[in-house]
Amino acid sequence: MPNIPPQFGIFLFIVAAAVLPLVFASGYQTFQLTMVVIYALSVLGKNLVTGFGGQVSLGQGAFYAVGAYTAAVLMDQWDVPYWATLPIAAITSGLVGLMLGLPALRLGGLYLALVTFALAISVPQLLKYKAFEGWTGGVQGIVVSKPDAPFNLPISSDSWIYLFSLAVGVVFFLAITNLVNSRIGRALKAIRDQPLAAEAMGVELARYKTLTFGVGAMVTGIGGALSAIAVGFVSPDSFTIALSLTLFVGMVVGGASSISGAIYGALFIQFIPNIAEEISKAIPGVVYGVILIAVMFFAPGGLAGVIANQLRRLRAARVVGTGRAPS
Amino acid sequence: MADTITEKPILEVRGLHAGYGQVKVLHGMDFVVNTGGVTALLGANGAGKTTTLRAISGMVRTTGDILYDGERINALSTEAIAAMRVGHVPDGRGTFMELTVEENLKLGGYTRRDDTAADLERICTYFPKLKQRFRQQAGTLSGGEQQMLAIGRALMIKPRLLLLDEPSFGLAPLIVREIFEIMRQIIISERTSILLVEQNASLALTIADMAYLLETGRIVMSGPADEIRRDESLRRSYLGY
Amino acid sequence: MEGVLHQIVSGIATGGIYASIALALVMIFLATHHINFAQGEMAMFSTYIALTLLQLGLPYWAAFLATLVFSFVMGVILQRILLEPLANAPVLASVGAFLGLLLIFNNVAGWLFSYTLKPFPSPFGVGDPMFGGMFSRHELGSTVVTMAVLLSVWAFFRFTRLGLAMRGAAYNPVSSRLVGVPVGRMLALGWGLAAGIGAIAGMMVAPVVFLDPNMMGGVLLYAFAGALLGGITSPLGAVVGGVMMGVIENLAGAYVVGTELKLTTALVIIVLVLVVKPSGLFGKALASRV
Repeated sequence: MPNIPPQFGIFLFIVAAAVLPLVFASGYQTFQLTMVVIYALSVLGKNLVTGFGGQVSLGQGAFYAVGAYTAAVLMDQWDVPYWATLPIAAITSGLVGLMLGLPALRLGGLYLALVTFALAISVPQLLKYKAFEGWTGGVQGIVVSKPDAPFNLPISSDSWIYLFSLAVGVVFFLAITNLVNSRIGRALKAIRDQPLAAEAMGVELARYKTLTFGVGAMVTGIGGALSAIAVGFVSPDSFTIALSLTLFVGMVVGGASSISGAIYGALFIQFIPNIAEEISKAIPGVVYGVILIAVMFFAPGGLAGVIANQLRRLRAARVVGTGRAPS
Repeated sequence: MADTITEKPILEVRGLHAGYGQVKVLHGMDFVVNTGGVTALLGANGAGKTTTLRAISGMVRTTGDILYDGERINALSTEAIAAMRVGHVPDGRGTFMELTVEENLKLGGYTRRDDTAADLERICTYFPKLKQRFRQQAGTLSGGEQQMLAIGRALMIKPRLLLLDEPSFGLAPLIVREIFEIMRQIIISERTSILLVEQNASLALTIADMAYLLETGRIVMSGPADEIRRDESLRRSYLGY
Repeated sequence: MEGVLHQIVSGIATGGIYASIALALVMIFLATHHINFAQGEMAMFSTYIALTLLQLGLPYWAAFLATLVFSFVMGVILQRILLEPLANAPVLASVGAFLGLLLIFNNVAGWLFSYTLKPFPSPFGVGDPMFGGMFSRHELGSTVVTMAVLLSVWAFFRFTRLGLAMRGAAYNPVSSRLVGVPVGRMLALGWGLAAGIGAIAGMMVAPVVFLDPNMMGGVLLYAFAGALLGGITSPLGAVVGGVMMGVIENLAGAYVVGTELKLTTALVIIVLVLVVKPSGLFGKALASRV
């Protein structure tokens, strides 16, 4: 058996993810997949902060909201094209992350959790605030029109938004993968696992922590901006603490210290509630809660950890059994 | 043996192994603490002295037998062993920094259902300095005072066996002498059996009646304290003074 | 001037509620170095239990007592089965468990009792405002109740053997075991006590804000702010900070930002404390006593 490089698998996966929905999925299903991409990006930002940076942020929904509102306001007030809102949303959410992260990160773990939790709780109120109503639309929120496919491509708006989001997602997943495997990434892991030793070795704790937190907020913010484009609507009540908790669940279930975990987590938070909600409105929350606790007890590495373990076992079995190399 | 004690020992340790996770510290120790006697466990840093005391108090996993008053206590929890009136003056003194001196002492008597007020008074007669600082936060005490407090706290349990972990550690010679003087009084009037762990062998041998020497988790020598003190070659080769 | 005075006085009433929850948080924090993000939802759930008992026809104070017992047992059980095993787990695991609890309580409450706002009776009656409009009957009553609770908690920790053992177990578990204190049981008791204190706060705030599964979100935020303001390591600080937050909330609401930014006010206070004085007013360096 020839050895296929893993890059090829990833390439195939991306092509399949891009083409298959265009052929097989309905409009609503395509929208759901768009949301998976968006959640995956947002959870990825969180993984970077928590799984790799070792900082517990509970307010990732706030950065998502900043991204979403930045995009919506730009499109609504100044007719900025949708694609051009992304870099600006990245900057605003990253800045808000830095502003909040700076005081809290100095103090360590639980303080950051507390501040970000407080932030997540107060976001809807800020968005409703009268002084900003001219921009944010207050309780009403902002409606933006969904972009059509460019160059007269013969695909629907939903399909185009899906492709666009997927492209953005792929870029950031690859970028973050590189970041994590770089010298910076190794420094981050050192900080997470051995903060004292890392500091003794000259890793500047505070700078790296703050930077990761900012980048994490930025990536989540881009997810938020994409959501504004995909949903075509933002309103304060979409960005309650429930959103932050959902992203937290996505991170934990997927596996906080894994890049691919963000995708598993996104699939989970997109599809499980839909299934559970058919029983009762309250059920998704209960399911989230129970699963959260169960993961903490039985699979702290999340789905990514479970899958990695299974793969390892499978490979070991294959090598022993047939001598075939893993693909 | 110079000892005239005929009662069965309060503590008998046989084939004791203990450690932290993968790291084994004690490799099969045998020793006894005679009822009413003062037994010294001597040895250099890292020999396993503190681990031995922790093993007796159920703070580390052990194999072998620890017989307290004839009963095997290996499997018991630390708090259950304390409730059997084993007082433990831990290494680092274990002060409740946020509590007052009085509260530290009262907490020492936690397992007792009888009135502890009289004992509190009596213990304070050993340590007049503590009495002066009765309502101060224990965190404000000096090292020597905290050591006194730790001994007082362990005495509040009305110990039948008192485990003392390096009471001289980190203290100025003058303070050490003061504390050992007080301990001499305590030995005379409290009649509790004591297992004393010390790096300072010469000092420990002045109050002990039996001594064991510990090297990397094994007993390498034992005997009556006064014999060891008198035997210069033994002292030179094993204790280095 | 009278307006200001009124704001302060009624701020103290809500402040008592914040102080109770803040105290519950600090108790758990001192014992375990964890922040119980589910403290508010536990209180909310207890309040629903109280409402159910009232609807079954129990007299108010009987339902009140039964709810306390229920909450205490609930707290003890949660600590024993859920948090004890996670005691040495990394921060993320404990935060995850607390958020899991938050989600479960919140949604189970919505499931069992619906998400609609429900009125909750005050044992002190509505009646006319007293003292020239300074105090409503409920404000006065709930202030008395919360202050009595805080005082008895203080007395319990200060003067009883069990209270002393609980403090010892929180501050120095190793030494506590060596003097025979069963530390695990003390932590469980602490959880029970915190849940009970929270339940009282829930029953006192529910007549004001109405009962719904999200009732405690804002209260918890203000309690966080209060605990940080007073110093997260100081029970006395939690109480003082909590009461201060009640007053700050009212004054800011009336004269500075209006009621629309209530929650943001708490957020700003939290960030300010962390920037200016992370140890809070009574934290660490000072003698902390309850």
